[in-house]
Amino acid sequence: MNKKSILIGVMTFVCLNTISYAAKQNGFNPDVSLVLDGRYGSYSNTSDYALPGFMLGGEAGRGEKRFHLGHNELSLSAKVDDMFYGKLTTAIADHEGETEVELEEAYIETLALDHGLSVKAGRFFSDIGYLNNQHGHAWDFMDAPLVYRGMFGNQLIDDGVQINWLAPTDTYFKLGVESTRGNRFPTGGATSEGKGNQAVFAKFGGDAGISHAWQFGFSHWRADIEARSAGTHAHGTVTEVPTFKGISEVNGIDFVWKWSPNGNKRERNLKIQAEYFERTEDGSIDMVGSSPLETSSYQGKQSGWYLQTIYQFMPRWRVGYRYDQLEANNTGSNVAVLGEAGLVTNSHIPTRSTLMLDYSYSEYSRIRFQYAKDDSYNDSDELFFVQYIMTLGAHGAHSF
Amino acid sequence: MKKFIKLLLTSITFFAVMPVMAALNVFTCEPEWASLADELGGERVKTVSATTAFQDPHHIEARPSLIAKVRRADLLVCSGSELEVGWLPLLQRRASNAKVLPNSPGYFEASAMVERLDIPKHLDRSMGDVHAAGNPHVHLDPRRIQIIAKALNTRLAEIDPAGKDYYQQRYKSFNQRWQQAIKKWQQQASQLKGARIVVHHRDWVYLFDWLGIEIAGALEPKPGLPTTATHLTSLKQTLTATPAKMIVHTTYQNPRGAKRLSQLTGIPVVQLPYTVGGAENVKDLFSLFDVTLKKLTSINSGMNK
Repeated sequence: MNKKSILIGVMTFVCLNTISYAAKQNGFNPDVSLVLDGRYGSYSNTSDYALPGFMLGGEAGRGEKRFHLGHNELSLSAKVDDMFYGKLTTAIADHEGETEVELEEAYIETLALDHGLSVKAGRFFSDIGYLNNQHGHAWDFMDAPLVYRGMFGNQLIDDGVQINWLAPTDTYFKLGVESTRGNRFPTGGATSEGKGNQAVFAKFGGDAGISHAWQFGFSHWRADIEARSAGTHAHGTVTEVPTFKGISEVNGIDFVWKWSPNGNKRERNLKIQAEYFERTEDGSIDMVGSSPLETSSYQGKQSGWYLQTIYQFMPRWRVGYRYDQLEANNTGSNVAVLGEAGLVTNSHIPTRSTLMLDYSYSEYSRIRFQYAKDDSYNDSDELFFVQYIMTLGAHGAHSF
Repeated sequence: MKKFIKLLLTSITFFAVMPVMAALNVFTCEPEWASLADELGGERVKTVSATTAFQDPHHIEARPSLIAKVRRADLLVCSGSELEVGWLPLLQRRASNAKVLPNSPGYFEASAMVERLDIPKHLDRSMGDVHAAGNPHVHLDPRRIQIIAKALNTRLAEIDPAGKDYYQQRYKSFNQRWQQAIKKWQQQASQLKGARIVVHHRDWVYLFDWLGIEIAGALEPKPGLPTTATHLTSLKQTLTATPAKMIVHTTYQNPRGAKRLSQLTGIPVVQLPYTVGGAENVKDLFSLFDVTLKKLTSINSGMNK
């Protein structure tokens, strides 16, 4: 498919849509939303990024240097009819000089099933944890917490189906299950046998008085992985790719607490959020491409958490602090193979402290400054980022 | 995994106990509509408001407690016209409640029942937070409330036909008292005709339209944007040329800008209740207008407070 023509088509559609919307509100047009995200990065290390004890994949990394673009997204969404809602999000990004259009989300969702049930199908962000189902531009920091970077390649996205049930109770209680294909990191290698991922999650939430609100969640994720591959290792002319095959299980808890005087967010508000995930894996690592095949049994035990707090001290201005920590204890029959897969820690405990300050001129525009003291891998570093996030088009949703 | 499932099951049994249901669960986005629903629904409805007079209805999050409430609602009553665009559509999508989706009898959009002011000729975000369907703060015109009450009465009877006579009776009583009150208020407020008043945000358009008050300026340089020093200076110049009687703001707006402008110009500041619960003695729609007009007229005639 010609990427350029898709891009042009999409742009034309947006232009036409905007014009008609301006002339008169037209209920048949989908909501169009465009997110512009640009960044400037500065740090000293030039070595390859690693996160000791974790196989990296997906979009995991420390970010780029100098001026670069982040996630520029174009999203179309609308009610299909009185029963279904649909949404499509494309991310347009540069990868090594080529412009790529990536289908980030493409799902439908029921609107009007009874008994608190709803079904989502297509490609969507998994609902495990708290941050996972939010778009990156809605995060309070420019990058994902280390535990998301290490376990999910920043974010779990997959193709499949999700069923939710919302209890008819005063306290918010939602239960959900997901069954997905599993051909993207951290799973990889969807097979025709229908092996895939399953997730189950529960969320509770409520208010505590007029000024406080909270949410608490549990998640469990399980995958029967055919081939998860991580970064390549070149040995002369041979390229070897560490590949995991086996069972992976993740358990997580997440907690969010928000405060604002009298529940009025406009002037000041505070948000505290924490998540913890632990993962156990059992299987083998093959160095695909090596001859004779180098292989190792592998039992993985990894965990990670972060705690962050964001304070809006006056309209437009927010400050935030985040602390990240990971731990891994992986064993296997061939330490050299585990080492090439990035699974050996040498007792390094990855940690990171991040400070951010952002300024939102209006609800639609935000400029962010971020500083991190990064000890996530062996070479300690300091990272500075400046980022803008601008939202054009449809009014964004204020989700909790 | 076993432990996890056990924990889940325990939580389900704990939380899934069905609460006792009132005849009709009415979820309103703003307190004024809760008050109106109580007037018209009496004992047949159980109302809950998503916001209070101390919360800016533009800036609410679709938080878990609200999703849980919408899940059990039989009727939503909201201002509409995009006032709740940031959170209500999300609540409706997340609540998995077919009864209260847009275009269902269970969704009542108050502003859609009346003629709206401030409908922009074209839309552009550089104009600030403007709403395509016009200014949504319709509840501050009692004539419009009267029309909305009639429509809400019809809607209540449609959703809960068994209560039709009951609702009709309550509506008649309300309508009679309301018409009398409007007459009284119009007499009280006749002195306000032509008065010039500075507002924080254009929340007051309908009140001023009713009373013939002129907006002398807004503290927000553009709708939804915070006040700036430059903007206050230019407001001061305007007000020196053509003075205003007072500066008004709501309970949920920061009074700093109003106070600063007052220091610059000597024009008094008055905090108006804006909606039910916005002042201690504002318990329903009647007292909302009683208190609002009392405050406006006493400042207007020069008796401070």
